[in-house]
Amino acid sequence: MMTAAIEASGLGKAYRRAWALRDCTLVIPEGHVVGLVGPNGAGKTTLLRLATGMLAPTCGAITVLGQRPAAGLAQLARVGYVAQDTPAYARMRVADHLRLGAWLNPGWDDGLAQRRIAQVGLDPKQRAGSLSGGQRAQLALTLALAKRPELLLLDEPVAGLDPLARREFLRGLMEAVAEHGTSVVLSSHLVTDLERVCDYLIVLVASRVRIAGEVSELLASHHRLAGPRRAPGTLPAGQDVIEQSHTDKQSTLLVRTDEPIHDPAWTVTPVSTEELVLAYMNPANDIPARRPQLGVAS
Amino acid sequence: MIEFQLDETSGVATYLQLVQQVHQALRMGMLEPGDQLPTAQQVVAKLAINPNTVHKAYRELERDGLARARPGLGTFITRSPSGTDPATQARFLTAMTDWLRSARSAGLGPDDIEAIYRTALRACFAEGAA
Repeated sequence: MMTAAIEASGLGKAYRRAWALRDCTLVIPEGHVVGLVGPNGAGKTTLLRLATGMLAPTCGAITVLGQRPAAGLAQLARVGYVAQDTPAYARMRVADHLRLGAWLNPGWDDGLAQRRIAQVGLDPKQRAGSLSGGQRAQLALTLALAKRPELLLLDEPVAGLDPLARREFLRGLMEAVAEHGTSVVLSSHLVTDLERVCDYLIVLVASRVRIAGEVSELLASHHRLAGPRRAPGTLPAGQDVIEQSHTDKQSTLLVRTDEPIHDPAWTVTPVSTEELVLAYMNPANDIPARRPQLGVAS
Repeated sequence: MIEFQLDETSGVATYLQLVQQVHQALRMGMLEPGDQLPTAQQVVAKLAINPNTVHKAYRELERDGLARARPGLGTFITRSPSGTDPATQARFLTAMTDWLRSARSAGLGPDDIEAIYRTALRACFAEGAA
């Protein structure tokens, strides 16, 4: 059986009195690029930091690549982490960062680091403090990739970047995935950042997981229905209403179902990833209880 | 070699867009049996998408018998989609064009026509599935 990249059961983290994350039960299969999406303060950073082992859970359990987070040096080497705002040491040169990386990481791939630095056009002599946001993000990504992790966790890596730098960053990340088969979890408060690159999505709202699954399965099982006004209770079994709006004559529903929709009264259109995520992010939508979990590889 | 494009607003899953573009290219004669598809690396470098998406699209093409992966070499087109021989295509294109002309001369605009087409298509395939 395949190991899960991240497996959490009943995972929770409380700071003083407030829960930052609660009742988090998830199985993220290996080999995916996972988008962790949710508004600011939803618990994304907390989940990522629990996975790195920098935070300890208040309750529940989490394993990463089958092991307890930060269980030892070997486990630390398997997981890469790029913190929010892609921090770097401002007074150190680019080359010094690479030297530090080589010194701290047993599996350091210096060839990869040097190639990437040249490829993205970073000057080894430049101090990190004078890099642009996009360049600093590329430096942080290079350090994380040269460690050759099996799982790479990135916290809002593109939030502060302009569209071009964003595209370049994601391109570099995806090329590394293509070359090394690295599993990736990256968080963002904007799904548009992640739409192209993620094949798995987790929507986190107010410290809880609202939905998780493979993007292709989520898109295939959700439809927008428009037609004459109708009470959602009259829909066939197996069609769960995620979002609804009604005028006096018309109803528009976002429906989750595994069955094709045959009712000719509806105009059925596919939903985009963004619409889907927004529907699940909207706190006004009461998400029906989930049927057997979507998108868990066996 | 085919160059993939993405329509991010279509709501169609990315892998399916790639599959559809290969089908389309085969139908238009832009791809032929023996042609190589771009490698996952090439597609990723151009579109900045997830390589798994490319693999998934190619697996789907393999499952349909349209393409085959040759280890170490790449993925190649093996045949054209069935039921799309040029004569049949041409026959339906002619019939469709005639129909469109008569719809237009009856005063229907592109939106009316599209609505009719979609309704008929859905009704037709719902019959088939039920």
